[in-house]
Amino acid sequence: MENLWGRFCSRATIFSSKLDRIGSDRIRIGLESVTMSWAGPEDIYLSTSLASYLDRKILVLLRDGRKLMGTLRSFDQFANAVLEGACERVIVGEQYCDIPLGLYVIRGENVVLIGEMDTEREELPPHMIRVSETEIKRAQKVEREAGELRGTMRKRMEFLDFD
Amino acid sequence: MLFFSYFKDLVGQEVTVELKNDLAIRGTLHSVDQYLNIKLENTRVVDQDKYPHMLSVRNCFIRGSVVRYVQLPPDGVDVDLLHDAARREARGG
Repeated sequence: MENLWGRFCSRATIFSSKLDRIGSDRIRIGLESVTMSWAGPEDIYLSTSLASYLDRKILVLLRDGRKLMGTLRSFDQFANAVLEGACERVIVGEQYCDIPLGLYVIRGENVVLIGEMDTEREELPPHMIRVSETEIKRAQKVEREAGELRGTMRKRMEFLDFD
Repeated sequence: MLFFSYFKDLVGQEVTVELKNDLAIRGTLHSVDQYLNIKLENTRVVDQDKYPHMLSVRNCFIRGSVVRYVQLPPDGVDVDLLHDAARREARGG
């Protein structure tokens, strides 16, 4: 169903942009777009559609730096996504923890990157240690406070330095 | 429209995409769309140790809105062609 909606939307966009066509090079581009709009299921391998990642395990990087993992169940032209069995992978130094989240709908404007995770490869370097949720939250707090302290120290130094 | 066509001609080339969050990813340009969203294949992160979570990612979709730079091979660009296209676009647009 998602594919049909996606294809309908892409056809509607191409139709409206075709009305602006002038010049031979633009008509050439228009024809190419038309070819893509009538693309069959095998042509998802050539386009930027997220359809090739459907039902696969993916990693989503968000603008706030969070890393979500899960199975891609749905998407649209804004890169909104539905992630099933989602979990947040929190990494602090050499420690990491996967916090389960369940079924997630991600608004596309927050998406930085969607990566297909290769199940045959190691997800993380072997030296990393898996810890509990409380432990990683504690580590995050320490890191955040260290960052804030560095920030205030820098502000103090900048204040003193008039160069 | 110009850069969309330009990137379509670059499909298959090795590029490095630098994102606004400073992450830089090298890979083969698989596809691009009207929003300049980019799909890369055979990806590897430039500073892999800093981004351990990206280790198993080999293909990715990058939202166009988060791209800062797309670094291209110097001989992968026909600058004169691009120049002419830009002039035509400026005149006709």
